[in-house]
Amino acid sequence: MSEKVLMKGNEAIAEAAIKAGCRHYFGYPITPQTEIAAYMAKRMPKIGGTFLQAESEIAAINMVYGVSAAGKRVMTSSSSPGISLKGEGISYMAGADLPALIVNVQRGGPGLGGIQPSQSDYFQATKGGAHGDFHMIVLAPASVQEMAELTVKGFELADKYRVTSMILADGTMGQMMEPVSLDFELAEEVEKPWAVTGTKMGRKHNIVNSLFLKPDQLEKTNIERFERYEIIKQNEVRYEEYLMEDAEICIAAFGIAARVARNAIDEARKQGIKVGLIRPITLWPFPEKAFADASNKVKQIISVELSMGQMIEDIRLSVNGKVPVTLCNRTGGMIPSPEQVLKAIINANEGGNE
Amino acid sequence: MVVFDKPKALADVQMHYCPGCTHGIVHRLVAEVIDELGIEGKTIGIAPVGCSVMAYDYFNCDMVEAAHGRAPAVATGVKRANPENIVFTYQGDGDLASIGMAETVHSAARNENITIIFINNAIYGMTGGQMAPTSLPGQITQTSPYGRNVNECGFPIKVCEMLSQLDGPEYLERVAVNNVKNVKNAKKAIKKAFQNQVDKKGFSLVEVVSSCPTNWGLTPSNALKWVEEKMIPYYPLGVYKDRSSK
Amino acid sequence: MSTTQYLFAGFGGQGILFSGKVLAYKGLTDGKNVSWLPSYGPEMRGGTASCSVIISDTAVGSPIVEKPDVLVAMNLPSLDLYEERVKSGGIIFVDSSLIDRKVKRTDVTAYYIPATKMASDNNISKLANVILLGKVLKETNGFTNEQGVIDALKKVISAKHADMLEINLNALKLGRDYKGE
Repeated sequence: MSEKVLMKGNEAIAEAAIKAGCRHYFGYPITPQTEIAAYMAKRMPKIGGTFLQAESEIAAINMVYGVSAAGKRVMTSSSSPGISLKGEGISYMAGADLPALIVNVQRGGPGLGGIQPSQSDYFQATKGGAHGDFHMIVLAPASVQEMAELTVKGFELADKYRVTSMILADGTMGQMMEPVSLDFELAEEVEKPWAVTGTKMGRKHNIVNSLFLKPDQLEKTNIERFERYEIIKQNEVRYEEYLMEDAEICIAAFGIAARVARNAIDEARKQGIKVGLIRPITLWPFPEKAFADASNKVKQIISVELSMGQMIEDIRLSVNGKVPVTLCNRTGGMIPSPEQVLKAIINANEGGNE
Repeated sequence: MVVFDKPKALADVQMHYCPGCTHGIVHRLVAEVIDELGIEGKTIGIAPVGCSVMAYDYFNCDMVEAAHGRAPAVATGVKRANPENIVFTYQGDGDLASIGMAETVHSAARNENITIIFINNAIYGMTGGQMAPTSLPGQITQTSPYGRNVNECGFPIKVCEMLSQLDGPEYLERVAVNNVKNVKNAKKAIKKAFQNQVDKKGFSLVEVVSSCPTNWGLTPSNALKWVEEKMIPYYPLGVYKDRSSK
Repeated sequence: MSTTQYLFAGFGGQGILFSGKVLAYKGLTDGKNVSWLPSYGPEMRGGTASCSVIISDTAVGSPIVEKPDVLVAMNLPSLDLYEERVKSGGIIFVDSSLIDRKVKRTDVTAYYIPATKMASDNNISKLANVILLGKVLKETNGFTNEQGVIDALKKVISAKHADMLEINLNALKLGRDYKGE
């Protein structure tokens, strides 16, 4: 184990990406994720990589598209309004089955919104994020260590399944410092025979493309892609449970909300309330089974979110009406306090489910 | 003996272009240049959105289909990933000078070492004849049915003149393919634009003043005449920037 | 098993984040779990800034310090805003050269250090934050491991500014040894 250093979440993402073999970064300044670009600007020239501040988020994601088409590991990062601009490229990459890592350090929205932490891009991230039938693998770190580890995992999964991976973090995760170890096990990079690297006059030309004018062909590629998504759903669901063994109340939370929830759970346990936590680490694929199983033993699930309630819909689909699912939230850049969550737990324990 | 061969870099498929369209000529010129420079095996082409959207089927080199207007950004990515590859984009006026203007200007400003073939036919072809950023004043299109009113729609954009104001680009030339002499000049320019990239000189753009008989509502020969009489006077041919010639 | 939550607050530019970082690294060198969270945004450039630091024997939950055990106030608005939030039995450190009122709470311990004046008297006018931190470390038993303090400083002061190490250490000791009030 290497020595732990204190790093900001944003910096941990950048260094982990470099460790994962990413040598191409394209971005555009936006709070609260600019440290990623600044870190890359410093590091990339020293290791023969490319850092390019693009003219726009749109240009940046299309540069990512180009590098990915050429078979190299590549990433971009932004925050909520910038991710909306990247939507075009994200959809094209899905259509062309190109792997890449996209980081969204969320801030409050809609519109220009604010710059304080938020989780209100959950729908955008997990339901596709742009036009067309597609998904991204969405990873939700809840510590600086996970910011780093899930970055590496994000690259590996993207390459393995030819999809884009998104790190869905928030301003708190990006800005906070915690001890982090960057001693990773790295998976081997996969071969990319589909990449455009020149035919060298030795093979038929490769075409990277998302245009299928014949509807039956387009349908076929979409169905094939969703067959791949099924494999991802089977193999790549990740979540963490905390004190769920005897839990009668289940908190559902990811990212910073899960950190806040843990404080509330510890306090509630001191008061004798049997409450636990399911923390989705992959938001897509969603840990449906974990919640379905929980619904067989708990009397209520409380979704703690920094939004008007988005993940709660996936939880409700997972438990299919078996137990009430309630919301404990703040939005617009506000963060629920442990006291607020504790109140919701006590209310649930007394039988309230509003 | 005169032998007329299909260039090797051009795929042996039937193209979808309309009769009299000059895309075929320009495709051929690009393919001839790729053959002559012997670079097919390391060339990556970037197709746009527009009439040449399916150019990825027409060239034998590796190809990428880009989002509308983003070809220079995609080319930047491909080139930065593997600088030893030769990367060209093939874009129309709507793609390059309207929705993709930012990508065009900034790749030029960066002197990105790529080659851009820019087809200016003053109209949106694929979508059926709407006003383009390069449509001439007074030109009738589906979305300027009373003629392009410059007071409302603004003036056409002269891409070579505009980019020539930047310090970045290496080479900018406007050519046409409306007669044999111009086709020969166009080939020379396209070859230079690729050679510049081989020589690592940087951003080279060739604007090809082209025709669109279908959407102009003209016969192919009258369309070529319109190029001569209307287009070229507004878009003068010539070299707008050539850093290495100084 | 203990957790201590620190809140450093003052104007942007007073070195709030720096103090927090040194403290966090001190926790790390002591083998504790730590987190450091700045307020971010335009306030970093001249408005009020704050920084949450948590040092704990167990895993850190929320990194946001809402009810600090220890408050370090470097301007009046910060004391006004955060005094009420300090836990009963907590400690408040006040830069008394910039804040001319006393702590109103009677259930907390207050220390008054004229850190900004001490800094300017000693020609280290930018290090009032470090002087205050010296006192904070002293009163929270941070100096029982002095080498840990030096190691933490070394981590935070980049190699480029290695010549600043000695000056910072002296500033820490000025705060540590301050006996007034």
